[in-house]
Amino acid sequence: MNGGEDAPMSITVKDVEHVANLARLELSEGEKEQFTGQLNAILKYAEKLNELDTEQVEPTSHVLPVTNVMRDDVVKESVTVEIALKNAPDEEDGQFKVPAVLE
Amino acid sequence: MVEASKYETVVGLEVHVELHTNSKIFCGCSTSFGAPPNTHTCPICLGHPGVLPVLNRQALEFAMKAAMALNCEIADVSKFDRKNYFYPDSPKAYQISQFDKPIGENGWLDIEVNGTTKRIGITRLHLEEDAGKLTHVDGGFASLVDFNRVGTPLVEIVSEPDIRTPEEAKAYLEKLKAIMLYCEVSDVKMEEGSLRCDANVSLRPYGQEKFGIRAELKNMNSFRGVQRGLEYEQIRQADILDSGGIVVQETRRWDEAQGKTFTMRSKEEAHDYRYFPDPDLVRIYIDEEWKVRVQASIPELPDARKARYTAELGLSSYDAEVITSSKKLADFFEESLGFTKDAKSVANWIMGDLLGYLNAGNLELADVKITGQGLGEMIGLMEKGTISSKIAKTVFKEMLESGKGPQQIVEEQGLVQISDEGAIAGIVDSIVTANPQSVEDFKAGKEKAIGFLVGQVMKETKGKANPALVNKLLLERLNR
Amino acid sequence: MALFDLRLQEIHNKLTSKELSVGDLVDASYRRIAETDTSIQAFLTLNEEGARAAASELDNQLQQGGERGLLFGLPAGIKDNIVTEGLLTTCASQLLRNYDPIYSGTAVKKLSAAQSITIGKLNMDEFAMGGSNENSSFYPTRNPWNTDYVPGGSSGGSAASVAAGQVYFSLGSDTGGSIRQPAAYCGIVGLKPTYGLVSRFGLVAFASSLDQIGPLTKNVEDSAYVLQAIAGYDEMDSTSANVEIPDYVGALSGDVKGLRIGVPKEYLGQGIDPKVKEAVLAALKQFESLGATWEEVSLPHTEYAVATYYLLASSEASSNLARFDGVRYGVRADDPDNLIDLYRKSRSQGFGDEVKRRIMLGTYALSSGYYDAYYLKAQKVRTLIKQDFDNVFNNYDLIIGPTAPTAAFRIGEQVGDPLTMYLNDICTIPVSLAGVPAISIPCGFADGLPVGLQIIGKAFDERTVLRAAHAFEQHTDHHKARPQL
Repeated sequence: MNGGEDAPMSITVKDVEHVANLARLELSEGEKEQFTGQLNAILKYAEKLNELDTEQVEPTSHVLPVTNVMRDDVVKESVTVEIALKNAPDEEDGQFKVPAVLE
Repeated sequence: MVEASKYETVVGLEVHVELHTNSKIFCGCSTSFGAPPNTHTCPICLGHPGVLPVLNRQALEFAMKAAMALNCEIADVSKFDRKNYFYPDSPKAYQISQFDKPIGENGWLDIEVNGTTKRIGITRLHLEEDAGKLTHVDGGFASLVDFNRVGTPLVEIVSEPDIRTPEEAKAYLEKLKAIMLYCEVSDVKMEEGSLRCDANVSLRPYGQEKFGIRAELKNMNSFRGVQRGLEYEQIRQADILDSGGIVVQETRRWDEAQGKTFTMRSKEEAHDYRYFPDPDLVRIYIDEEWKVRVQASIPELPDARKARYTAELGLSSYDAEVITSSKKLADFFEESLGFTKDAKSVANWIMGDLLGYLNAGNLELADVKITGQGLGEMIGLMEKGTISSKIAKTVFKEMLESGKGPQQIVEEQGLVQISDEGAIAGIVDSIVTANPQSVEDFKAGKEKAIGFLVGQVMKETKGKANPALVNKLLLERLNR
Repeated sequence: MALFDLRLQEIHNKLTSKELSVGDLVDASYRRIAETDTSIQAFLTLNEEGARAAASELDNQLQQGGERGLLFGLPAGIKDNIVTEGLLTTCASQLLRNYDPIYSGTAVKKLSAAQSITIGKLNMDEFAMGGSNENSSFYPTRNPWNTDYVPGGSSGGSAASVAAGQVYFSLGSDTGGSIRQPAAYCGIVGLKPTYGLVSRFGLVAFASSLDQIGPLTKNVEDSAYVLQAIAGYDEMDSTSANVEIPDYVGALSGDVKGLRIGVPKEYLGQGIDPKVKEAVLAALKQFESLGATWEEVSLPHTEYAVATYYLLASSEASSNLARFDGVRYGVRADDPDNLIDLYRKSRSQGFGDEVKRRIMLGTYALSSGYYDAYYLKAQKVRTLIKQDFDNVFNNYDLIIGPTAPTAAFRIGEQVGDPLTMYLNDICTIPVSLAGVPAISIPCGFADGLPVGLQIIGKAFDERTVLRAAHAFEQHTDHHKARPQL
């Protein structure tokens, strides 16, 4: 959560590759080109926002003034392991199975 | 140990403590340990599409309590942020954590190493959710995921880089554990993963202000492991520096079995967690009244108790430190004092017989049946002369094992001390008559002979005779 | 007159007088779907077995007499991003094509409690990202008024199915206009409630700070009835508003005398189709004739709304859609080399173009070094946009304008030009950013395609919005027009 308000506004194929990696998306060369162009167009359009001086403006993350929503510490029934695993693409011994984290 | 070193070690610790709420932080599933895999899960903690989190008030109050006990300033406004990363133990692919508005900041705790007190700063304490558990199978080619633990509330406690030795690190962890136990916010069982510790460690030449390049150590599963891991890193980094090399900033894994640290692949090569405020949760405003209420629920903490034990009860600093290191032990101590005024005697029994027994059997206080009341009453019986210190040892052992009260044990086993002068005088008479040689030795100036005769009287009374009375009557008889 | 053109109260009377059974309603629904859905393609999944079982259960209850709620037995369609236990919920995505939910969303549960019948799950733009339904990964829904045209989106299936008379009403979701714009394009009524009025629990999140569930109906009265059933505080949703739910149906007095209406000049300016503008101005005249007054007002930050919206919504989406990783549910790519490969392949094969584009944009906007410039900046501009509305609402009861600058466009016309597509939402996005309620009602036609009038109210003042919409409807016939199918 850092970076200045005047960050560069043009992204390259390399940026697109970096972002795709963060988002765990695999893009074809064509998609990389396409996204680079389209994201640049959108971000260029977003530059509009810099016309506004927002130095003294509070950010809005919630439109409603709702605060301090909490629940009591009461245990509710869990689902059965069968239901938990109902949609699992792969499972073993009541657990979700995935390939190893490392190759 | 490093040859006492050109380098100063600088350590900062990041400790995760699981809070022992009944239910998870954002859903109603149970947090209890040891259930069959994926039986404490629901759509919410499994991260199903469309689910939403609702904060457990108890988790927040436990975090406040812990932060207060660590002398933190408590936030007036706190919020939750998403920490985005992909990992199979993280069902939403983000962890709900706190980025820029943690529950507590700028705290400290005091540790005592080699008789010196040192203050370690605490940068921040924040509340977040735990991840699931991975088990590696198929020769390491696959992993199984159990989501029972996911969503267990955690506090992350980050220390300032104020720690200078592995011993200090261990003392810090022990104090932290004690404080968490005193506050009753966690059961702090490292073997169950309810306290986990990562360490940032770097070396710098003495006198240099700038910190050296640090390594982050993970996977230290015991306090001893933390100490050993840091000791290993001290040597490893010193060797690198000595040979003119540069320490690589990286995450390293402590291998307990090999006693070494190894480079660990990072969770996400490019660490960019893209924190942003979680739009599914709302801000938490903590007003004075709420703070006061939580503060009031914090019991007297170990440092305060220790000070009271030394100043008011006359315990040695060491004894007070040991007894207050565990809330259960300190509570036991204080329970005893409800039945005897002799705090020093209680402390001696705890430090000697009780801890000796526990340590020998690798037991916890909860594993034995003796109560503080029992110990207090037993000392009371000694004070009244009902039992001798010798008998007390027998009674104590019986209390450890059966949990019976001392009075009951004494009565059942007929262990009441004989303090009747007439009865003892008769026995003394017969012993003196039966041992003319010893009487002669005594009269010839062999003081030791009296010991033999006392022993014979005690043997005859099965140890129940009041030893002081036996001594007095024997001397009177012999000097007659 | 088609069965579903009867007023809700009439259907209810016929049910309680046993002139009509719930089975008849369900039959009518599936019959109409069989007749029309090969061309409309509004449905992704039908719940025929479940619906018929429910109908026979309700018909048994009818035999026993007693009071029934007004939604009793009514055939409803549910947008496929609202989770329904035991009924596939795909979000029109390949990644979730086999997702069989293990729970139901709160809005769905409330409809169950009101005893309406779930006919099936409705097509949409994948993960609600789009305004034309062309982003459905299965097939595009078509506009019942002209099947060469889009029905709008993302709740395109929800709008088209009601317009085509396949269901009595439907639920949609609105993030930046996704209920109102398709309602406008399909010539029906679509209501986006105040943010927080309807629980989001069980609505697959696109942009959590904007998403709202709402009803799509043929008239305003039905809209009020359905809202009455689904509104209300939910302890499962931390962002649910704990407010008392008023009587919405009771607000439909037909009287708008003295209402002060602001008409934002920004909504009638550049880019608006003159025929749309004409229809809106005619509607304002109608309000005038009913005793309301209107004046031109300004929402000066409107031109920044689309950029603000795409940064915020995409950022939230990039995080919300991260859970679709092929580990716990959904479609996993075949034979991944390792875990990271599993993630990349499952997500790349599972997500369509627009979804990927927004994930990319959002990930970028949140990434280290850009957060302040994009995400934080957009949050600040959101504050300014909200203030625009607050300022106008200091002096006016309602804001009225077009729902969209044009009527529906041809399928394929805007594909490959995301920015132009985004600008279709210029009149609905600011309302979403401000979190206030708005309804789209039919107000005429442009070249044979319906035009929507948007009536925007103060937060939690759905009553005034519905009252004005209803009064307009009482004095016009636009809502009675039906497509020829």
